[in-house]
Amino acid sequence: MQDKQAMIRVKDLVKKYDDFTAVKGLSFDVFEGEIFGLLGPNGAGKTTTLEIIETLRQKTSGEVFVNGLSIDRDAHAIKQIIGVQLQAAGYYPNLNLIELLELFSGLYGVKAKPMEMLEKVNLQEKAKARYKALSGGQKQRFSIATTLINSPKIVFLDEPTTGLDPQARRNLWQLIGEIRESGTTVVLTTHYMDEAEQLCDRVAFVERGEIIALDTPDQLIDNLLKTGFERKKEVKGANLEDVFIHLTGQEWREG
Amino acid sequence: MQKAYSNTTATLTLAKASFRSILRSPSAVIFTLAFPLIFILVFGFLSNGGIRVRLGVDPGSDLQNPVIAAMQQTKVIKLIQDKTASELRESLEKGHIDALISVRRNTSGKPLFIADIRYTSASADKGNILRSLITNLMYKLNMHDVKPSVADVREQTVKGRMYRTIDFILPGQLGFSLLSTGVFGTAFVFFSLRQNLVIKRFFATPVKRSSIVIGEGIARIGFALLGALVIILIGHFFFHFTLIHGFITVINMLILCFLGVLVFMGFGFVVSGLARSESTIPPISNIITLPQFLLAGTFFSIEAFPEWLQPISRVLPLTYLNDAMRLVAFEGAGLWEVKTQILVLLVWGIAIYALAVRTFKWE
Repeated sequence: MQDKQAMIRVKDLVKKYDDFTAVKGLSFDVFEGEIFGLLGPNGAGKTTTLEIIETLRQKTSGEVFVNGLSIDRDAHAIKQIIGVQLQAAGYYPNLNLIELLELFSGLYGVKAKPMEMLEKVNLQEKAKARYKALSGGQKQRFSIATTLINSPKIVFLDEPTTGLDPQARRNLWQLIGEIRESGTTVVLTTHYMDEAEQLCDRVAFVERGEIIALDTPDQLIDNLLKTGFERKKEVKGANLEDVFIHLTGQEWREG
Repeated sequence: MQKAYSNTTATLTLAKASFRSILRSPSAVIFTLAFPLIFILVFGFLSNGGIRVRLGVDPGSDLQNPVIAAMQQTKVIKLIQDKTASELRESLEKGHIDALISVRRNTSGKPLFIADIRYTSASADKGNILRSLITNLMYKLNMHDVKPSVADVREQTVKGRMYRTIDFILPGQLGFSLLSTGVFGTAFVFFSLRQNLVIKRFFATPVKRSSIVIGEGIARIGFALLGALVIILIGHFFFHFTLIHGFITVINMLILCFLGVLVFMGFGFVVSGLARSESTIPPISNIITLPQFLLAGTFFSIEAFPEWLQPISRVLPLTYLNDAMRLVAFEGAGLWEVKTQILVLLVWGIAIYALAVRTFKWE
């Protein structure tokens, strides 16, 4: 894993707002082709860090390179090779999904086929629908479709599964897995540890603007076990979510 | 894939998306087209008849006489004959009719008829019009066979272009349409794009800020000009709106429209920057649009306002747009002849965009 090329390199990143330091000297690398998770409670600085890397926010100090490009000098070039899904972003009003994807093709300067993009996220039946009329899971899948238009090297997903029901979450995990399979690096944030454990190759725990742990989920768990940690309750072979999925079915739902 | 990034493509794609969105937005269509057309319709029909004086005829009157006959020939006078004496009296007191006439044959010889006319203080203006009409009428009737001893009045009417109400109302409505599209439309769009993080998502693409503003501008201006063209054409073909030099006049008017909507969009940018929430946009926009709507000569000529109010009217940009538009449409003025009005609009434009640059917020 260490031999892999760093797709994103963050060094001593600091972001200060007026009287508050949101990010306090973060350093980490994201390797090509992995799914990297930024985990931590609300207000820990995950989104701020992500938005600085996405060139949407100015940093206070530190260095960030994306595919070898500096965010200070090459923001325009970086935007062309990344796909960004924002937390709670809206889309242009009064347009249907096809028209929105046409718009994004123009904004990225590429010729993408909107219908093919919708097929990738299994929304072809909603082609003529408005974004507002989609369900939560559909909205997230559409957002992801817009991030794939420019065939990016890296895709950023900010809390892609927050607020979704278990089926929609699992569908999204599958989709994110497919994106990685196609060779795209994925950086995501999440509150859900089961999601991070399932999806991420490596995770960084962010707390009050600092990374307090960074490793593969497996290694982090092993590290904890080495300290003699034991779960209070005997672990069963399944959990309640497994029961829910088993009972309600795992098929692709439009719910 | 490695094709150079084109800002033009991005701008035009955005313009196309925005134009589609505007066409599907009910409020844009209502403010730009429906309202102005309704006003044109109402005012077009309201004042086509000119002045009318309603004259009640007393039921006991002798109707077979030259006085009534002469009045029936006069377009301005409308005779009311189907009411009882008490109804007529009441109507007169309330000003529903402007005067009451009663004509009787004179039983004691000459003159042949005696006409009693009662005016009402409830309608003094029209009473005076009627008074001079009747004096004129009686003079003609009485002097029928007599040669004038002092002077003979010979009247002639020069054949001129008819200035219809539509010629005044339509340019005003056009200005109003441009003002609302420019201010409300721009303010709402940029506010909501900002609020719903649509712009933020755009910023994550390689598109430039200037492309976003220009693309939106193209769409809004295109829509406004299309609306203006529809209003002009409907006005011309259905209400006889005067277009002196035909096609050239339309082009000149559209150029003025372009300038107008450009300036008004500046106000829209300022409003979108000042507004804290979606619900504060209408009041702030109204502060800008309503005074102009009322004071800038949209419905009435500003000469009709009291003198202390006129200087205010003469500061507003819409006044100059309306003024220029009327000169171009009815008097056939070229753009160079309305350069003063254009200059004032340009000064407004520079001032408002200087302010917009300071107040406009992207996030």
